[in-house]
Formats: sequence, C-alpha cells, structure tokens
Amino acid sequence: MSAWMDNALIPGAYFIAALVLILGLRAMSSPVTARRGIVLAGLGMALAVLVSFVHPEVMGNYLLMIIAIAISGVLALVSAKRVPMTDMPQMIALYNGMGGGSAAAIAAVELLRVQGGHEVSLLLAGIAGSGALIGAVAFSGSLVAFAKLQGWMKKNWRFPGQQWVNLLLFALTLIAGFMLITGMQTAGLSAPMLILAFFVMALIFGVLMTLPIGGADMPVVISLYNALTGLAVGLEGYVLDIPAMMIAGVVVGAAGTMLTQLMARAMNRPLSNVLFAGFGTGDDGAAVAGGDGSMTAIEAVDGAILMTYAETVIIVPGYGMAVAQAQHRIWELTQILRKRGVRVKFAIHPVAGRMPGHMNVLLAEAGVPYDLIEDMEDINDSFSQADVALVIGANDVVNPAARDDTASPIYGMPILNVDQAKNVIVIKRGRGTGFAGIENALFVADNTKMLFGDAQKMAQELIAGVKTL
Amino acid sequence: MMQGFLTLYVVMLAAVAGYELISKVPAVLHTPLMSGSNFIHGIVLVGAMVALGQAHTPLEQTIGFVAVFLGAGNVVGGYVVTERMLQMFKRSDQQQKRAAIDDDEEQSA
Repeated sequence: MSAWMDNALIPGAYFIAALVLILGLRAMSSPVTARRGIVLAGLGMALAVLVSFVHPEVMGNYLLMIIAIAISGVLALVSAKRVPMTDMPQMIALYNGMGGGSAAAIAAVELLRVQGGHEVSLLLAGIAGSGALIGAVAFSGSLVAFAKLQGWMKKNWRFPGQQWVNLLLFALTLIAGFMLITGMQTAGLSAPMLILAFFVMALIFGVLMTLPIGGADMPVVISLYNALTGLAVGLEGYVLDIPAMMIAGVVVGAAGTMLTQLMARAMNRPLSNVLFAGFGTGDDGAAVAGGDGSMTAIEAVDGAILMTYAETVIIVPGYGMAVAQAQHRIWELTQILRKRGVRVKFAIHPVAGRMPGHMNVLLAEAGVPYDLIEDMEDINDSFSQADVALVIGANDVVNPAARDDTASPIYGMPILNVDQAKNVIVIKRGRGTGFAGIENALFVADNTKMLFGDAQKMAQELIAGVKTL
Repeated sequence: MMQGFLTLYVVMLAAVAGYELISKVPAVLHTPLMSGSNFIHGIVLVGAMVALGQAHTPLEQTIGFVAVFLGAGNVVGGYVVTERMLQMFKRSDQQQKRAAIDDDEEQSA
C-alpha cells in the first residue's frame, strides 16, 4: 500500500498538478480565458502543496511547515488584498523576490549537506549552487526593485568603476561557489562560514546590479528577475528530484525571458543596455539640449473648453495617472465628452507606466471598454487628425526627441506622435523631467498647454469645466 | 532520479513551451501574465517543504523554515494579485457589452 502510494499515487498527483499549472498559464494568455486560467493554476498549486505533506522524503517538521505557511500566507493575503492596483508592479517584485529567496534557501540546505560530507555528484552540487546564486540575486534584486517602486529608495546609487566592482564581486562569488560544490575546505573557513560568504556576496551582487537602474527600466528588470527565479526554481526542482517543480520553473524561466525581450524590444533597446548602460538614471539628462522655449501653463477651464469643442480627443495615460489614481475620473471625463459628441480614444504606449499593460489594467479597473483603447501602432497615424491630445502624467513615451534627436539617449525608442495633434494638453505635477531625466521638447512646443497639478484633481476640474459649458 | 539526456530533453521541451506560450500574447495581458508566471514559480514551496521535511540540525530547520515561509508568500501573494488583476478584465468585458448597448441606444434615440 505504502509502496504503491510512493511510486504511483504521489508522483501521479505531482504530474497532474504540473499539467494543470501549465494549462492554467496557457489559459492566462488569452483575455477570454484568463480568469479561468488563474483559478486552474491555483487548483494545481493546491494539489502540489497538499501532496508534499505526504511526500516520502518528508520525515517531520510538519508543525514548522504549517506555522511558516500560515504566517506567511496570511501576511501575503492581507498585503495582496489591500494594495491598490497602482502598486501592483512592486508587489509582483516582492512576491517574486520571495520565490527567489526560497529557491536560494533550499539550495543552502543542499549545499550544507555537500559540505557535511554527503556523497553528491559534482553535477548535482553544481546545479544546486547555480540555483543558489540565481535565486539569491533574484531575491535581493527584486527587493531593491520593490523598494525603488515603493518610493523608499529614490536615488540611483552609482559610483565610478561600479561595473568593475560588480565584476570582481561576481568573480569572487563564483570562486566561493566553486569551492562549495567541490566540497573544498579552506584553512580558517568552516563550511557554514563559506556558505554564508557565498550567499552574502550573491545578495550584495543582486543589490549592486539593481541600484543604478532607473525607475523607467524597472518593468524590464522585474520581468528579468521573474525569469531568473523561474530558472532557480527549475534547477532546485532537479536537485530535489521533483519533476513538477523542475518543469514549472523552466516554463516560467523561458516565458519570463520571452516577456523580458518583448519589453526591451518595445523600448527599442537591447537588454544589455538596460542592465549596464545606466540609462534611466537621470545622469545623461544634463547632456541633452532642452527646448529653448518656455512652457505655457493654462487653467483647467481653458482645457475643458478646448476638449468640449473638439471633434476628436486622444487621451495618453502615463505613470502620473497611476500615481494619482486618476483613472476613474478620467473615465468619467471621457463619458461626459462622449455624451457631447466628442470622439474619445485612449492611446497606450507599450511601456507606459511601470509595466507593459499597466495602463490597460488601470483603465480596465475604471471600467473603460476595450474598444476605446488602442495600441501605439494602431493609433499613431491618427494624432495628426486629432484636435486635442490629453497627456496625463506621461513623459518619455511622448518625447519627440526619441524620433528626431539622434543625440538623445532615448533616440530610436518608438513614441506616440502626440506632438502632431492640433492641441496638446499635458497634465503634469511639476516642471521636472520624467523618470529618464530627459528634457521634453513637447512641453515647450507652441501647440502644447501645460496643466500643472495632481492628475486626479485636474481631471476633476476638467469635468467641472466641461459641465459648465 | 531522471537520467542525464532524458532530463535535458524534458527541460528543452518545457523551455520551448514557455517561450511559445508568451510569444503570441496581446500587450494587454503582459502584466497579468508576468504576475501569473510569478505565481507558477511559487511551486518552489513544494521544494521548500521537502527540504524542511528532511532537515535534522537546527540550522537546516531554520533555513528550511525560511524557505517555506518565503515560498508560501510567493504562492499566496502571487495568486491574489493575479486574481485581482484578472477580475477586472472580466468586469471590463461586461462593461464593454453595456457600453455597446448604450451606443446603440444613443444612435437609435
């Protein structure tokens, strides 16, 4: 009975769990079946976790397991339920970091065994060590990404020769890892100390990798760490001989890599550029010639007049809308304008906000129907016919320098051709540069009017303005 | 334990499957999908439980406990965040139908 359970029932349950997880992920890749997908994946995960309690190699510590799951589960449940939609990106970073940390901790237990004299093949130890390194980097890197998006860490911390320090640290980490997996003992360094040194260095490396990267690039970085965590999970799945874990990890590793590439491509920059060039930090901004003109500020009432008597209005949301939680007001404004017979469309840049699709999620939350929302390729030619383009807290994705100025660090990145609209209204909190720290010629153009203030408050004033007309 | 090249084949197929899964997805779903795949690698919890289940020394138990703790956060947080995001997509579908009806009414009025 017990042998039958160990040899067929438990592996069979894991097999079904893996299948259901992957089918769930597949369903998530279409808007129609997406919700069914996450529920399906959740069922697969529940099955896998339940089976793990009776896994033949699990000998004890059940109480510890249940306590850990209960505390962490409740904390995660409460935090995930409470977080506003606009803060989702950093929560993904946080939970992703936890996954990476978990994989690294699993590896730590395995490596302790290797150092403790357990007979383990070099290949297996090497795979465990690789997973440890990748998981640890994903852990600390994701936490830095979380802190940055949460606004706890504002500066892009850089110093001269940083790349060389990183390289040196990485080399040292690799050496420590090599000593670990070969079971090499060094004078004066006990096994736990060596493991500790290895993990501390890997963690610092993850921090140093992420620190200089600017907020504008964070989505790509989070996606990359998501892929890395998947890979680390896959590697540890092999070490622990749990095929379901290995396959799910590898699938996420590959899918995450693809997603990272899609995002980097949307910004028209190779991934290496994102990671090592330090663009998006504001350092290059000073070198770029800003527009010579000055910004023209207007009041909300004037903006309301422009929009009410327009035939076509295109709304371009950016991170500023997310910060101000203005999506509901914007939709209200849209509805009022549509009642007046104004044609209103939303134009979404692929990397507007902090993640691809970030704006779509927020607009969906506010209830904006799909058919009003257009992707960049579909709507870019319509700007020249639009009477008003309303830019809400977007900056770099509408900067004409990306199209015209070969000296600009963002030259070549596809942008929304907002500047071609007859009138451009830009809602912006202040006069500063955007996340990339680059001056924006759009803001000083003759057809651009600046509406300075919080996006939600300004949207409210626009609504009030339209209503009086 | 799976044997050498067989494992390599399995890994290769899983990687291809993951790649194919994402390559044809509309941009709208990129964030939910990243969140969803973030949930999927929460299966690390399973490994963490097995690691803790085998732990003997207090040090191993401590690290195993940390692993389970972190893995559970990945699973629960990843699920709730993804579910919340996708819930809005469901609602917006209905809203779209309603908006379409509104448009028809406006036209007929």
